[in-house]
Amino acid sequence: MLKIAVIGGRETVMGFKALGLEACPAANAEEASQILRRLTRESEDYAIIYIEENLAAQLEREIDRFKDSPKPAIILIPGRDGSIGLGQNALRSAVERAVGTNILGD
Amino acid sequence: MAKTAITPTRMVLNQLKGRLKTARRGHKLLKDKRDELMRQFMDVVKRNKELRGIVEKGLTEAFGSLQVASAIMSPEMMEQALLYPRQSVELDMTYQNIMSVNVPRYSFHTKNNDPSEIYPYGFAQTSGELDDALDKLARVFQDMLELAEVEKTMQLLAEEIEKTRRRVNALEYVMIPELEENIKYITMKLEENENSTKVRLLKVKEMVLQDAHHYKR
Repeated sequence: MLKIAVIGGRETVMGFKALGLEACPAANAEEASQILRRLTRESEDYAIIYIEENLAAQLEREIDRFKDSPKPAIILIPGRDGSIGLGQNALRSAVERAVGTNILGD
Repeated sequence: MAKTAITPTRMVLNQLKGRLKTARRGHKLLKDKRDELMRQFMDVVKRNKELRGIVEKGLTEAFGSLQVASAIMSPEMMEQALLYPRQSVELDMTYQNIMSVNVPRYSFHTKNNDPSEIYPYGFAQTSGELDDALDKLARVFQDMLELAEVEKTMQLLAEEIEKTRRRVNALEYVMIPELEENIKYITMKLEENENSTKVRLLKVKEMVLQDAHHYKR
């Protein structure tokens, strides 16, 4: 059975905990990267890891490592202060990678 | 292109012709694969864009409600209310094969089927805003799951397309022209040899005739 984890600020994570996801509060990027490393080490178990955008901004390299493996899927979600557009970035970079240029026109 | 050490013989020529045929067929197949991948990819990208919008909007709303709740309730109360979840989510992952790319498909089931079970607390000491926030969160979670699926699919497809595109280009612009060049080189070399043999034979014939009959042209 696979699990889903959420990494983010304390308040962000709290709500997801009630839904039955694994909540991993992280105060700063360093903590988040430690948690991410721990979660991916026992990666047999985690299929999806949601990360708050503002934390993910500083973990780009570590997140990119999992881009080409089918598991885990690391998905950025907006934090409490709303979206800062990093999630859209993932889309854009994927398109650029596949097509060679950005054809979405934004 | 530099003709690096190819011996201009008929055997090599045949080999090269075989390779060219294979390369051409491979190129055509890979091109078709790339086109189909691209078509699928565009669908996925579109879906991803939609879902991103929905999820980001939903989450922002949910967090807004949560913020209101936390303004009304004390942080300790809130912590306590959400401390021990009554619900737990289990995820099943299967793979779907899109043009030989294995992409994940998730299906999840919750331990408690009663939708009201997402509230892990008694209603007496918590505010209604918290219920509201959790409700919104639960609703957006469905889309979040699909977003994860779609986004991973998108990344995996992008990788495969990149690989395929490189192969197509390598075949089209390097392999095939090189093979063609080499084949041309060998054919010309062979023709040249043939010509020189013919000329030599003519010359020899002339000499022999002259020797035998004192024949002069």
